[in-house]
Amino acid sequence: MKVYVPRDFSACALGADEVARAIGREAERRGISLELVRNGSRGLYWLEPLVEVERNGKRIAYGPVGEEEVAGLFDGGFLEGKEHPARQGDPEEIPYLRRQKRLVFRRVGKNDPLSLDQYRRDGGFAGLTRALTLSPQQIVEEVTKSGLRGRGGAGFPTGIKWKTTLQADADQKYIVCNADEGDSGTFSDRMVIEGDPFLLIEGMAIAGLAVGATEGYVYLRSEYPLARKIFEEALERARAGGYLGKDILGSGKAFSLNLYIGAGAYVCGEETSLLESLEGKRGMIRPRPPLPAIHGLWQKPTVVNNVITLASVPSILADGAEAYARLGVGRSKGTLPVQLSGNLKRPGLVEVPFGITLEELLFEYGGGTASGRPLKAIQIGGPLGPYLPPSLFSVTLDYEELAKVRGIVGHGGIVAFDDTVNLGEMARYAMEFCAGESCGKCTPCRIGSTRGVEVMDRILSGKRDAGTLQLLVDLCDVMIHASLCGLGGMTPFPVLSGLRFFPEDFGYTKADVGPLVEKL
Amino acid sequence: MENGKVDRKDELETILDGFARQANGLIPAFHAIQERFGYIPKEWLPEVARAFNLSQADVYGVLTFYHDFRLQPVGRHVVSVCRAEACQANGSAALIDRLRRKLGVDFGETTANNEVTLLPTYCFGNCACGPSMAIDGKLYGRVNAERAERLLRGMGVLE
Repeated sequence: MKVYVPRDFSACALGADEVARAIGREAERRGISLELVRNGSRGLYWLEPLVEVERNGKRIAYGPVGEEEVAGLFDGGFLEGKEHPARQGDPEEIPYLRRQKRLVFRRVGKNDPLSLDQYRRDGGFAGLTRALTLSPQQIVEEVTKSGLRGRGGAGFPTGIKWKTTLQADADQKYIVCNADEGDSGTFSDRMVIEGDPFLLIEGMAIAGLAVGATEGYVYLRSEYPLARKIFEEALERARAGGYLGKDILGSGKAFSLNLYIGAGAYVCGEETSLLESLEGKRGMIRPRPPLPAIHGLWQKPTVVNNVITLASVPSILADGAEAYARLGVGRSKGTLPVQLSGNLKRPGLVEVPFGITLEELLFEYGGGTASGRPLKAIQIGGPLGPYLPPSLFSVTLDYEELAKVRGIVGHGGIVAFDDTVNLGEMARYAMEFCAGESCGKCTPCRIGSTRGVEVMDRILSGKRDAGTLQLLVDLCDVMIHASLCGLGGMTPFPVLSGLRFFPEDFGYTKADVGPLVEKL
Repeated sequence: MENGKVDRKDELETILDGFARQANGLIPAFHAIQERFGYIPKEWLPEVARAFNLSQADVYGVLTFYHDFRLQPVGRHVVSVCRAEACQANGSAALIDRLRRKLGVDFGETTANNEVTLLPTYCFGNCACGPSMAIDGKLYGRVNAERAERLLRGMGVLE
């Protein structure tokens, strides 16, 4: 008999380690022999810690389970799958999970993420095995045909980026995985690294074969210590298993992979800043061009991709580009692991094909607000994404459709706020955050964000003449159009969207702000 | 005391030896020094600079760029609280107010008895289970002001 208790950063923050220890103790005390497996999280976070019991190949889930409830679960016969207030039944049949279309996350949360045997049994390394039979051009072609776009936020076609690096002539090329998942409201990179690390390793090895890079780095943020621990272990096992190194699976092809830990700088999620940091320097933005694809790490051609982008590649290679491209809508192909958080009843990880409405995500999956109060706004695409009102919840998740309402997909994070939020204060917070995180390379971001905080303070303290509003809008204009990277360039989004949709939170009326913000 | 200082210098040299051979070893070296000593003493920077063949301005510039690195020691315990949007949506403001009031310090400060340093964090990636706070690296989810106070009492740092 097996009992599964997640070893996931969030599940552990809710006591999963203590629950696992209590189950072990209780089983020993009762003379019951069971195998305790530490899986990843399935991403149904309102049910964490979610304990699963497996008997004769069938799983029954119980959650949320506290340490103090463990003895009661044994008494109630949870090992036989008996009734209990926390009983959720077959986890795969929970509607939240059953209705998803999981490609990247298909293994996450099911088994021991560090078992190579389990990974292979569940279809792992099929993509790498096929890639080893193809030419670099064929691999790039396959990824291009799939329509995969960068999941870090920019949405740039992955195949085109890879082709640029493939065609660059150099003695050394690199694959860099951006795992500096700094956006508030996002955790899908963390879940993949903790819950299916071999998937990322496989995706990076395929990328290496595709562009002729023999060395790779994962740049992981320091705020993710459990992900670091799990990934270090996964790297060792993958090396020992022959999936990394000088001769991948006896093919004669090489790819080595290293882990590098960031040091708490949000701007290092921007690819050129990340590369500077990865070279051991201050994470100052590099002006583009030249593109990292041609002059990247140590000025060598470098593919920089987000975790989810790279983790999408193995299934594209294994199942073919067509299968991937059949999912999604328009130019937004495949699936997106959406991360629901903030004030929602059922926050968690929802991987679905593009084309779903925000409404479905927030209410059918998210269950509406946790507080029971009206949902006032969502912030989509990270801390520099816009705030959108309920009147726009009919918009579909789609790069182009969201752009039409000045929204962004970003890294797929959606944070919900009830009606106690004040968007004026959130706009001020966005400016303050930018001021604290600006690398200082360009003036619009470095100075603009500090001036932005000052102007917001004036507005929020009641000094609301027309000149002040004009000043704020002008400042946003300069930051959007003259910043070197997305940090300064996008900080105005939460400010302007707040003004546009919730002017009363700033002390203005729609008539005051209307003509001014519409131009931007 | 004098001997203690010599030992610390030896350890510093060992750490620097390990990282100075890597082209990008400075940030990992700072991590290692801070992990071992709790902070990065400013008077060590000349030695760090020498090991990496960089100017003192360069290594100081790298150190001060990153929020993780500290030039001052912290208290016996470090309490980090998430200040980002997803935790704000779940009421982290009340939690932060309570911590500031009960500890009598603002972010970046250490209590007078040197027990607790309060630090902000911009996201633990625990957004679905916020508000989030960590004590000495152990993360706690769904923490409201009352629970935070209980946790601090449990550590014996509040009356």
